[in-house]
Amino acid sequence: MTEEQEQLKPANPKMTARDVKVFYGPKQAIKGVSIDVDMDNVTAFIGPSGCGKSTFLRTLNRMNDTVASARVEGLITLDGEDIYASGMDVVQLRARVGMVFQKPNPFPKSIYENIAYGPRIHGLAHGKADMDVIVEKSLRRAGLWEEVKDRLQDSGTALSGGQQQRLCIGRAIAVEPEVILMDEPCSALDPIATAKIEELIHELRGRYAIVIVTHNMQQAARVSQRTAFFHLGDLVEYGVTSDIFTNPKQERTKDYITGRYG
Amino acid sequence: MTGPAILLLLAGLGAIAWVSARARALRQQTAARATRRRDAVHSLPGYHGWYVALWTLLPAGIFLAIWANVSPGLVTHAVLADPAAQSLPVDAFSRSAILGEARSIAAGLQSGAFNPASQALVEPYRTALNEYGIAGAVLALILAFAGGAYAFTRIRPDFRARTRVERLVMALLLLASLLAIVTTVGIVSSLLWESFRFFSMVNPIDFLFGTKWSPQSAAMGYGNEDAFGAVPLFWGTIFIGAIIAMIVAIPLGLMSAVYLTQYASPTVRRWMKPTLEMLAGVPTVVYGYFAALTIAPALRDFAVMIGIHGASSESALAAGLVMGVMIIPFVSSMADDSIAAVPQSMRDGSLAMGATTSETIRKVLIPAALPGVVGGVLLAVSRAIGETMIVVMAAGLAANLTANPFASVTTVTTQIVQLLTGDQEFDSAKTLAAFALGLVLFVITLLLNIVALRVVKKYREAYE
Repeated sequence: MTEEQEQLKPANPKMTARDVKVFYGPKQAIKGVSIDVDMDNVTAFIGPSGCGKSTFLRTLNRMNDTVASARVEGLITLDGEDIYASGMDVVQLRARVGMVFQKPNPFPKSIYENIAYGPRIHGLAHGKADMDVIVEKSLRRAGLWEEVKDRLQDSGTALSGGQQQRLCIGRAIAVEPEVILMDEPCSALDPIATAKIEELIHELRGRYAIVIVTHNMQQAARVSQRTAFFHLGDLVEYGVTSDIFTNPKQERTKDYITGRYG
Repeated sequence: MTGPAILLLLAGLGAIAWVSARARALRQQTAARATRRRDAVHSLPGYHGWYVALWTLLPAGIFLAIWANVSPGLVTHAVLADPAAQSLPVDAFSRSAILGEARSIAAGLQSGAFNPASQALVEPYRTALNEYGIAGAVLALILAFAGGAYAFTRIRPDFRARTRVERLVMALLLLASLLAIVTTVGIVSSLLWESFRFFSMVNPIDFLFGTKWSPQSAAMGYGNEDAFGAVPLFWGTIFIGAIIAMIVAIPLGLMSAVYLTQYASPTVRRWMKPTLEMLAGVPTVVYGYFAALTIAPALRDFAVMIGIHGASSESALAAGLVMGVMIIPFVSSMADDSIAAVPQSMRDGSLAMGATTSETIRKVLIPAALPGVVGGVLLAVSRAIGETMIVVMAAGLAANLTANPFASVTTVTTQIVQLLTGDQEFDSAKTLAAFALGLVLFVITLLLNIVALRVVKKYREAYE
């Protein structure tokens, strides 16, 4: 870790990664990444396709466990606790580290049921009135309440793409996570829906630690305060977003953000 | 000339036509390419080859097919015109017996005659057969040459042989599919016709809603009333195929599909799925004697042991259980497909919320896959109620209207077998009842299939 990166290390990081390596069978996808994620800043992962940014994101809530051939080495902690330790309950971990995917994936259930899904499996609500409160609060935070409050029983799949993605964010919020991971959340959306999601990320900042993977550098510049540039499984550069875009230290970063490759 | 020789000769001509036409097209095209624009050449030489070969073979082939049907009549006509035929009896039956015998001797199928009258006709027959055989062969060859020559002269670099050959291939494919449809229509109309005859003897209301089934008493002359009430048969069919078999097949099939798609490692899945599907490849007659010889006696002993009254050595339960096992692969592979068709993103979404695998399966995958599973179950039911061999061997023949699974019941298919294997005359109500039963069965399975396919289709649209 360079001296500069050392400076970026917040006093009380939410999540830390130390020398994380990920293998898919014999192929190494991540080659020793160390990074800290904190509550006050939105962290963006950028880099060309196949650079490992999504793979790394998925190690943070152990979604790579669902891929049989994946193997993770190194240390990842949440509030100082090793999330790959044998005593760690994946179900608990994922309740604390929520995730929003590239393509909006609401369940084929009503809007209400989509939000209620998480609280229900984690036993967060006591009775119908309690659940109604959680659903309304989550939808309000996801900026969707005004649009759907009169049709909560309609199918979640009947919403527009942007609304679906905000529904998925609301669904993640409903279980009161501490970290929200977003894997290219706007790549399937039109510019107006994208703007709404970015606005939402601004509003959510501070309440949750947010990590967003994006292949759109303008988006990274707009929504994040910290940016990490990945290339070929390496974390090439990590810094304050404005520095990365105006004054990159590494040649590879410079080449990428000036559009020489990627 | 004999039939096979002509066909062989035609095939040879076709091959020659193909080779020479292709060579000619190739020559012309090479020349055309050298001098003219590229688009002056239309089809590949091979298509010209096929075009000429088809023109050589098809008209001659069609002619031979027609000739094979027409020439026997012409031969007979020629023989009857012979002076030796003047002495034939007028009675049509003995006349055709004599002619048939003479024809067999002339064709070399039979060495001597029993009837001296036919011996006299052998010579005229032989001559006529010979003449018409040669005539047919010559005409076929002329047609082959004419067709081939006509097509051969049409070969030019810009001749659209490919379009024509492909249009013919399309026509052949259409013919193949029409053949299947025509056959189906034929079967259905024969079913309808015979059923109509049955219903002119027995009131359809009595048949569909009567509760007493004893076709034997009708056959023995006790009248048709009260003999053809098919309700016990319908009940037996539903009891075995749609109730007992499904109680076995639905949970087992569904659970094995869930295990195979969600829990099994690729290695386990690789050998387990084909093994499970092997169940579908076991001949139903094997299931049948397994049911009749192993399961049924064991069940009867068990029923007697726990004191159930009316236990029979042929029981609904035995047939239903074995049929259920037979149906497992149907349910399982349909459920497997529908669960696999639920997008991975749906599963990821649920797991990322902190749901366990089993919560994800129960709350997301199964509800999303349900229409597909229901479609699979309906197809399985339609297959189970049409199944014959197991119930013939294990369910029994007594038309009981009972809900006791240890008692003997009978099904529609079993009764069809019984009705048609007797020595009754064909137009008796007893025999015709088989067609009415078949019609009912056909209508039910058709409806089930239509509903099942609609359900499956609707579900597929939801994700694409």
